[in-house]
Amino acid sequence: MKTTGIVTGIVSNLVTVEVNGPVAENEICYIDLGGVKMMAEVIKVNGNKAQVQVFESTRGLKNGDTAEFEGRMLEATLGPGLLSSVYDGLLNDLTSMEGVFLKRGEYTDPLNHEKLWEFTPLAAPGDKVAAADWLGEVKEGWLPHKIMVPFSFKGEYTVESIAEAGSYNIDKEIAVLVNADGEKVPVTMTQKWPVKVAIKGYREKPRPYRIMETGVRVIDTLNPIAEGGTGFIPGPFGCGKTVLQHAIAKQGDADVIVMAACGERANEVVEIFTEFPELVDPHTGRKLMERTTIICNTSNMPVAAREASVYTAMTICEYYRAMGLKCLLLADSTSRWAQALREMSNRMEELPGADAFPVDLSAIIASFYSRAGMVVLNNGRTGAVTVIGTVSPAGGNLKEPVTESTKKAARCFYALEQSRADQKRYPAVNPIDSYSKYLEYPEIREYLDKTIEPGWVDKVQKAKNIIRRGREANEQINILGDDGVPMGYHIQFWKSELVDFVILQQDAFDAVDSLCPLERQRFMLDFVLGICDREFEFEDFEKCRDWFKNVINELRQMNYSEFKSDRFNDYHKSIIKLVEEYGK
Amino acid sequence: MANKAYQRVYTHLEAITKATVSLHAKGVSNDELAVVDGRLAQVVRTKGDLVTLQVFSGTEGIPTNAEAAFLGEPPVLKVGEQLSGRFFNAYGHPIDGGPETEGEERQIGGPSVNPYKRRQPSQLIPTGIAGIDLNNTIVSGQKIPFFADPDQPYNQVMADVALRADVDKIILGGMGLSNDDYLFFRHAFESAGALDKIICFINTTEDPPVERLLIPDMALTAAEYFAVDKNEKVLVLLTDMTLYADALSIVSNRMDQIPSKDSMPGSLYSDLAKIYEKAVQLPSGGSITIIAVTTLNDGDITHAIPDNTGYITEGQLFLRADPDSGKVIIDPFRSLSRLKQLVQNKKTRSDHSQVMNAGVRLYADAQNAKTKLENGFDLSDYDHRCLAYAKEYAERLLSIDVNISIDEMLDTAWELFSKYFTKAETGIKQSLTDEFWVEK
Repeated sequence: MKTTGIVTGIVSNLVTVEVNGPVAENEICYIDLGGVKMMAEVIKVNGNKAQVQVFESTRGLKNGDTAEFEGRMLEATLGPGLLSSVYDGLLNDLTSMEGVFLKRGEYTDPLNHEKLWEFTPLAAPGDKVAAADWLGEVKEGWLPHKIMVPFSFKGEYTVESIAEAGSYNIDKEIAVLVNADGEKVPVTMTQKWPVKVAIKGYREKPRPYRIMETGVRVIDTLNPIAEGGTGFIPGPFGCGKTVLQHAIAKQGDADVIVMAACGERANEVVEIFTEFPELVDPHTGRKLMERTTIICNTSNMPVAAREASVYTAMTICEYYRAMGLKCLLLADSTSRWAQALREMSNRMEELPGADAFPVDLSAIIASFYSRAGMVVLNNGRTGAVTVIGTVSPAGGNLKEPVTESTKKAARCFYALEQSRADQKRYPAVNPIDSYSKYLEYPEIREYLDKTIEPGWVDKVQKAKNIIRRGREANEQINILGDDGVPMGYHIQFWKSELVDFVILQQDAFDAVDSLCPLERQRFMLDFVLGICDREFEFEDFEKCRDWFKNVINELRQMNYSEFKSDRFNDYHKSIIKLVEEYGK
Repeated sequence: MANKAYQRVYTHLEAITKATVSLHAKGVSNDELAVVDGRLAQVVRTKGDLVTLQVFSGTEGIPTNAEAAFLGEPPVLKVGEQLSGRFFNAYGHPIDGGPETEGEERQIGGPSVNPYKRRQPSQLIPTGIAGIDLNNTIVSGQKIPFFADPDQPYNQVMADVALRADVDKIILGGMGLSNDDYLFFRHAFESAGALDKIICFINTTEDPPVERLLIPDMALTAAEYFAVDKNEKVLVLLTDMTLYADALSIVSNRMDQIPSKDSMPGSLYSDLAKIYEKAVQLPSGGSITIIAVTTLNDGDITHAIPDNTGYITEGQLFLRADPDSGKVIIDPFRSLSRLKQLVQNKKTRSDHSQVMNAGVRLYADAQNAKTKLENGFDLSDYDHRCLAYAKEYAERLLSIDVNISIDEMLDTAWELFSKYFTKAETGIKQSLTDEFWVEK
């Protein structure tokens, strides 16, 4: 029998329910508001009082209204058709809702039950299978979408029967499995999974050893993120967080991209679903939307569902990872999720931690990022979930709880800097403070040696050093004046400007410059370092500045030209000539 | 407000703070309105049968034996064409001496637009001010605040922008407006002959601060009526959102909530987002654009109010006095319109974005030259040219008293580039300098 309860207290979306039976932490209940069933989640239990966070506005709710508990946690329905969709944080299909405004208690099915999928069996009767093993596959766009043994199945099963190749909808029974006790269990193309629990069902989770290409030089060249790695982008508003994240979403080398718009602007989501169906995925030539799922819980949507949205997005990524695919989760912004936690903690009158955030914030963030990773599946294939989160630090100050907690959990750090943004040096990633721990991994260094060129990481360090030394020189020039320092300082400074303007800066709105493949990144870094290796001599600092400005301008024109095109080659030649004239 | 006959009247208050009262009552719904001692109040918390009410006009003089009655529904606004040309208080009652309006009652602070039903904003809103149109182009459906110190003429700029914008309705939500500013807006709208398309919801400094909390929702409920039901282009002006946030912190403080940064409630981000996210471009052609004012304390944008605002809005327009030109300018470094690329080079000339970037970059070089000058260093020829350029750029383009078309702004910028710099120094794509460079 289901546990039921009666509402006895309301503060905004935190509701106290007096229950008549057992309830579980994180259990879902529906509160009845004059016939509208509003979903809520248990977040604290004290005696027979359960405190639940309601995923809707509680306007009009009364003490005495009833609630019914479901005996399950918040679940995601997984199956073919998740890609190219737009969902809210609870995985309701936003595209199939009527009317302009969201209605309370309107929950829609994430998957289309009518659509037919071309099914091919991969397992045969008699096969021994376990959770997450592949039974068959359908084509979802161009991706082979595996139909798997549900993740919740425990122990070993034997395939009794499997459907023949053919067109079926998702509810078709595609296999019957028999467990050790001889019980028969039917399997369809869909399954459910509690979003706050990590999907396991793989053999091992090795250290990542490949790079996920993003086409953004300041990431790929300077601080690359690994396939299955974790990274985060903190930055004050107006520093280009969104533009950078969209660039990664458009260009990232992944099979599946899940964008969790968590407590952010609705118009940014509109931009994605307006443009992605038109834009072409540079890696496959297919439309970007075909590989993208949008989980959208914008800032004006109910706060509690914000928290759920990042877990929902992660669950979808893990689901596709189990098919042996490379997935990328972009969570924008994890600060909003932390704020949602703070609001609830505050309403429950818990003792606060730093900045009024809950004390376990750090643990919550760490356990979320730990769900990323490259895995070796039971059949030996690999799959990956790469996570890049953005953080919106209050006042742009990186010494705040969300940034600090995330720094402990994520291995790449892309610090966006106000002063770089003010100078329109985009992407405004600080080249000195940012880091990628993956550059220290021997397996990653080996991979870069093999795929880009031998000794690549040393070159990257060299470029970073040029920037560092340029900063020092610039400080001296600012203190002592242009004439007060030896010419060497000016040259040192301008060499760093060369790296800054040509390698670090990138025009996200230019059709050519926005996407810089690794091969081109190698070419440009080698070329720029080659110039920096030269010794130069100038009569005075103005000549030095003018010469470097001219070279920088030509190099930028090169960045704007198609790689190895005539224009590109002309600029290349002309720069070589310039360097020959002044360098020795 | 008269009590209805069947209502149960309570006559004992358990607790009173400056902004809230608590009493024992049954069958009360969340967000519902009540009348306490003749003043309007709203349910903000129930715990068992103890109900806490936020009293909008403050609790001064309310006795523990005051009469309290519940009205059964949240605040409403009567919507209809009759709203046009009228001035209302925070409760939606006329303050212009005219009759009460009639129309359908709508609950204020209603549900959000399904994000999937939105359309990408794509209509430029020209204002004639180059600091906006050239550097930070505004688009319909956008939400953007002016960040300004209290001594900046932000209300004047906002009135200029509103009256020049090509929109069907202008809805002003004034919070903590000084009486002088209220009369200024009234006069500005009247003398522009634009009264028929203007609706105002006004809370002045003479009114109780907590009443301000109703203003944005009132203004936006009216805006949604015209944008959604009538497919009109609506511009909503909200001034001053800092005073709105201050009112939020008063209520949360009286409810013993743990404050977060700058003694603001932990829910400040969500509270502000609920308002600003009402900005929308609808598929039917209707739109709501929000231009707001957030006053700063000595230019400090790290304070919780401007900081949270900046994360919610699609950019900000930063007003500051420029000592070199003696004008109030729109600061090109700290201002940003996030939606500008949706119209630049598409609805405007093909050189727009590059001219904008070059203009700002050279202005930044001038700032560096200025720092050198202040530190007593010799300036190079380039530095001198930058400084001369910066002065003219501020006067002719950044100043808020500019009123020219976007093409004229671009031509002015090219004229300045050609006058002070070489093509290479501007760093503009060659194909554009070929076309637009003004040969001396």
